[in-house]
Amino acid sequence: MLATILQRLIQMAFVMLGISVLVFLIFFATPGSDPAARIAGRNAAPETVAQIRHEFGFDRPLPVQYALLMQRLFITRDLTSFVNRGQQVIPQVIDAVPATLSLVLGAAVLWVAGGIGIGLAAAAMRDTAVDRGLMILALIGVSMPVFWLGEVMNLLSQSRYHDTWLFSWVPGLGYIPLTQDFAGWFKALVIPWFTLAILYIGIYARVLRANLIEIYSEDFIRTARAKGLSETRIMLRHALRTSLLPFVTMFGLDFGALVGGAALLTEVVFGLNGVGRLTYQALQSLDLPVILATVMYASFFVVAANAVVDLLYAVIDPRLRA
Amino acid sequence: MSALLDVTGLSVRFATEAGPVTAVQDVSFQVRTGEVVAIVGESGSGKTISLLSVLGLIDKRNTTVAGEVRFRGLSLLDLPARQLRSLRGNQIAFISQDPMTALTPVHSIGAQIAEQIRAHEPVSRRVAHARAVDLLREVGIFEPEDTAKRYPHQLSGGMRQRAVIAMALSCNPALLIADEPTTALDTTVQAQVLDLLRRLKQVHNSAIVLITHDMGVVAEMADRVVVMYAGRVVESGSAGQVFNDPWHPYTWGLLGSIPPLTGARPRRLPSIPGAPPQVGMAGPGCAFAPRCPARMAVCSTPPPRKATADHAALCFLDAGQRAVLRPAGVAA
Repeated sequence: MLATILQRLIQMAFVMLGISVLVFLIFFATPGSDPAARIAGRNAAPETVAQIRHEFGFDRPLPVQYALLMQRLFITRDLTSFVNRGQQVIPQVIDAVPATLSLVLGAAVLWVAGGIGIGLAAAAMRDTAVDRGLMILALIGVSMPVFWLGEVMNLLSQSRYHDTWLFSWVPGLGYIPLTQDFAGWFKALVIPWFTLAILYIGIYARVLRANLIEIYSEDFIRTARAKGLSETRIMLRHALRTSLLPFVTMFGLDFGALVGGAALLTEVVFGLNGVGRLTYQALQSLDLPVILATVMYASFFVVAANAVVDLLYAVIDPRLRA
Repeated sequence: MSALLDVTGLSVRFATEAGPVTAVQDVSFQVRTGEVVAIVGESGSGKTISLLSVLGLIDKRNTTVAGEVRFRGLSLLDLPARQLRSLRGNQIAFISQDPMTALTPVHSIGAQIAEQIRAHEPVSRRVAHARAVDLLREVGIFEPEDTAKRYPHQLSGGMRQRAVIAMALSCNPALLIADEPTTALDTTVQAQVLDLLRRLKQVHNSAIVLITHDMGVVAEMADRVVVMYAGRVVESGSAGQVFNDPWHPYTWGLLGSIPPLTGARPRRLPSIPGAPPQVGMAGPGCAFAPRCPARMAVCSTPPPRKATADHAALCFLDAGQRAVLRPAGVAA
């Protein structure tokens, strides 16, 4: 097991290296554009551009440029923004992580519980009105855009019904750090959690239901019935347990991507200053160093989440144990 | 002796997109304590469906089962789900065809056997596990403690079928339904599994219903034989009667396809020409008529059931016609 983990970590390091080279090439070696001018931002003074060209080594060969950039990203961590003059990029990203993690972790709990619950209920009551109703609800959940749902929720909870018993507990938009005020943190995040989770509850419930129904036609389910087991036990111990693999795969990808900044829309709508919102602002002001840092950070989370998923496979399915 | 399992007039209909389809029609047979009844027929003849519907293991939403099934006097088809469940795996066990897919891939063999024991008897996890190991030893698995910890994919086909059999025997069932238990196995392993079933039958005194299309297996195992074709029982009788004096031309065909052990080797084994009718597509007449070597004009009307005390067939032929038409070498 330890060897597997070590092996996976080394693989992860290689994937990260590959991603960093790719990102570097896209940002700095795209033909026909001057990376120094882009880093400097719009309307930059020629002196600034010249200074950047020298600092980033754009007058030297590509491998040196790459090494210099990686050094500034990971070792000295003094990559600075030129749009927001002198703002250090790495601390900015690190400061944004707690909000994103809080949002995504809470939503993940909701969507895993909701997805499994609805998927199980629909599969157990397959082809009944309950099944159809749940699947229609799931489809509605999938089709509602997060930015729209988020704004509607804001409209209801922050303005229209804010003064009624229904939403008077909702604090103003923004992130309240967990360490500062637990109750406030929770209250501020409840609505964002649901908003983000609804899409995934819908997807996961539908996928799980389809998997369960497929598994139910397998011989071993018939064996389980022939053994005289209860339907609940067959569903949970035999069907659900064997259909968890695709579920976990999806979860790894989605979770990694969301922590990496894909919760951007939710963060922007609810004013949570997380990584997604940081990326969004950097994109608006074409703040290249920040975009660079968030892209690297995002790729790290996607790769890490997938490594964890690979390790979970072995736990879930004995056939995948080496 | 009264019958352990008494199936009378069983019919199974599926609701399909093209309308209802009758897969099994008017199937009757009895199984007595301690005897082996072989149900023979080719794929699609309804043998598996009949037995699955007896156990309530088919999808109730698109099937209608009619007729009467009595097990120790209990009417299985009317039994509430909970009561039927307490019989299944406990008094009636089922061994499915393909041991490769019959076990849940994510649980160890021992856990799956123990699970069945604990579903029917109030024993502790430890006791159930110890019994699972004993059962594995009984079915001839080498190093049963070790095997109990293994997962299905780590065992060979023969070992898995032994594990499935061990599981089926875990609660000492009075009736064991084995659906082509040897089809998916190598020939040598087949013989071992049959030996095992025979030995276990003696030890546990279970009755066995053996669903098969292998007449060799039937000859070796069965006390009585039920021959099915296109969802109907076309012939039934004791093994001696069916092998020595087969009445139905379909049975002749099945018996004719066994390679002879003595005499000149045939250049080709005889086969039954044509294919069985699609499920539910048979007309009112004898479903076998299009392929029958002894076909007569009258065969397009429903065939009569001719029966002596313990031997019955669904055919127009009488004893005299049979003696003339039956191919040489089929009957003794």
